[in-house]
Formats: sequence, C-alpha cells, structure tokens
Amino acid sequence: MLPAYEELVAWLPELLAGLTISLQVAALSLLFGMPLGLLLALGVIARSRILKTVSLVLVEIGRGAPALVLLQFIYFGLPATGLTLGSFTAAVVALAWNTGAYTSEIIRASLQSIPRGQRDAAEAIGLTGVDELRYVLLPQALRVALPPLLGFSILIFQGTSLCFTIALPELVSRAYEIGSGTFRYFPVLLAAGCLYAAVSVPAAILVGHVEKRAGRYAER
Amino acid sequence: MSQADIFVILRGLPWTVALTLGAFLIGSIVAVPLLAARESQFLPLRLFAMSLIQVVRGIPPLLWLFIIFFGLGMSYFPISPFVAALTGLGLIAAANMAEIYRGALKSIHHGQWEAANALDLGRLSTVAFIIAPQALRVALPSAASYLIGLMKETAVASTIGVAELAFQGNRLSQLTFQGLEVFAVVGLLYVVLSLPVAWLSRSADAYLRSKVAA
Repeated sequence: MLPAYEELVAWLPELLAGLTISLQVAALSLLFGMPLGLLLALGVIARSRILKTVSLVLVEIGRGAPALVLLQFIYFGLPATGLTLGSFTAAVVALAWNTGAYTSEIIRASLQSIPRGQRDAAEAIGLTGVDELRYVLLPQALRVALPPLLGFSILIFQGTSLCFTIALPELVSRAYEIGSGTFRYFPVLLAAGCLYAAVSVPAAILVGHVEKRAGRYAER
Repeated sequence: MSQADIFVILRGLPWTVALTLGAFLIGSIVAVPLLAARESQFLPLRLFAMSLIQVVRGIPPLLWLFIIFFGLGMSYFPISPFVAALTGLGLIAAANMAEIYRGALKSIHHGQWEAANALDLGRLSTVAFIIAPQALRVALPSAASYLIGLMKETAVASTIGVAELAFQGNRLSQLTFQGLEVFAVVGLLYVVLSLPVAWLSRSADAYLRSKVAA
C-alpha cells in the first residue's frame, strides 16, 4: 500500500512542482486578499450607504458560497461576460475574494474590540480619520487579529486543492495524474497528503503558539 | 436560465443536506471518544489523538475524499462516491468537533469540578451530569458555525461524483454554457441554506447561555 522508495524518487519532482504552484496561489491570494479584507472591513462600517451595501454583498457572497463555487463561477462563468481568465489567475482571483470576505470579518471584529476610549482620545488630540486608523486603531487591532488571520492562511493553502477542478497543475492535480497513469492512486495521493501535512501541521502548531502569546492583547 | 434548469440544480439539494447532516452527526459522535483520548492521562493515547487530529486537519478535504475514493476505493475495496464523501467529511468533522468540544470544556469554571469532587462524584459522573451539559451549551454557537462551514465543504464531494448542488451546477453549466447564471444560483442556494442554521443558533444561544454557571 505504501509507495516504494523508487516510486517516491520518481514522483517527488513532479509533486514538489505542484506544491510550489499551490504555495504560489496561496501566497498571492493572501497578498491581494488581506488588503481587500481591510478595505471591505472599513467599507462595512463606513457611513456611506452605497459603500456599505457593496461591501456587505461582496462579503456575504465571498463567505456564504463555497470556495469551490466561487472558483467555478470565475473560471467557467465569467467568460460569458467576455472576461476569460487563465486557471492560475482565476484561482488567485477567487481565493483572494474568499480571503477578503473572511478576513474582513476578522479585522472588523478586532477593530470593534478596541475600547471606545481609544477613538475618543484620538479625536481629542485632533488626529484625522486616516491617522487615527494608521497610528491608533490598526496597530492594536492587528495584534488581536493576527492569530485568526494566520489560521485562515492555512485554510487558504489547503483551499488551493480546489484548483484541481479548473485544471491548474497544483499538488492534487499532479498526484491524480500520476495516479491515473500508473494506477497507483493510494500511494501517490498519500504522498501528496504528506506534503500538505508537512506544511499545514507545523504551521498550525506555530499558530497555536502565536495564539497563546497574543492572548494578553486580546484580553484587554 | 429557465425554470426547468433551476429544478435540475435543486435535485442536488437532498444530497447536499444528507451529506452535511450525515457528516455532522458522525463527527459529533466520533469526536467524543476522540476528545476523551485527547484529554487522557495516558501519554501515548493522548499523543496519538493529538497527532490524529492535527493530520486530519492538515490535509485538505478534497484530498481526503480522493484518498478514500480513488486511493482505497479503486484499489482495495469498492466504495460508492456518497459513502466515500460521508466517510471523509465525517472524519474531518470529528477532528474539528473534538477541538470545539475541547474549547467548550476549557471554558467551564474550575469550581464546577471542585464542587463535584467535594460531593464525592466520580470522574465519569462529574463529566456526564455536571460538565458535559454545560459544555454542550457553550459549544453550540461554534458547532453551528462549523455546521455552516461543513455544508459549504460538502461542495468538494462533486469532484468524486456525488450528485449534490455543485455537481448539478457544474453539469448544467457544461450543458447550457451559461456558467455565470448557473454558478450564481448555486452560490446563492448555499447562502440561503445557511440562513436558518445561523438564525436558529443565534436564538438558541442566548437561551442556553443563561444556564451555564459563571
């Protein structure tokens, strides 16, 4: 049942190339998604009606629909509007949207966890809205938000496996292809699983530590 | 998109619901012995449960379904897509529910254990009659949001051919070339499905929370 050593050696370059693509998609999605999350969080608590509605709709769809459906909506659906994206771009757009929607809720909750007095004090010393955010609210909010944001990053890395359905040659696609070529599905899928676990499990343990250390900020 | 198309998509609804509730039920039950092992005094058992939970959560759901359906199913013993999906999602739900139960257990005030001890209740009775009834109440909101998450997770079952919502949407979009509308409707259906759970959990939460000792 387990892969033979020679098999592993033969498969590993292919699987590692897939893992690289998975990591790239995850990194780009987070890079674009988290700033989007901040913007959406500010949009949802904004005074402007239109801004609020647009942000809310984007957040509710991005969180409410499965990432798989978002991915297929963008890859298979958007071409009807004349916008055709390659599978890599479609994957980044869909997962960045998903990231933006989830992280906006995390960031919003952390902004709201800051005591009201901080805002009053910032206003009292005459800070503008942007400066208040930049120097008073965000530095405190991001400390509270850090552990859940890191935890979500692991989920997005795992979410890249969904890109199998849009024919992106990431880790699962490569493993599946080797499986269908050699009919050694179990060993190769197991090897792919080990690669995922080799990234996710240490990352999860790390996040657990960060969570414990950041606890004192969250408790205030 | 015609009305008939919408009915085609809706045919996936029972599968999505069955998969969600089935996996959640399996998960909520299997999580109990898993948590007991995770909190055991016996170190090897505790380490085993800890690593099991980490590994199950460390591998993406899609890959779990592939390992079970293609890996085990095609080579060792035949398994239907639905059973494979139920097994895989049930396993993942068990690991996640064990963590949810654990969080709830931690939130129960230490005095509850001490009081039970002072009354000379055994460990098993303490857990069964004092701690678990309160912990379950605390766990409810997290369990409900996990249930919603799990419902969205069941979409991956479409990749191994379970005829649920995402699968019907996928097939219909290939038939009609109207991916935009089809996937929009499918996405909306998932949002609509999660609304009653969210509402139920919110109204149940306030009521149940009033029955937990501070």
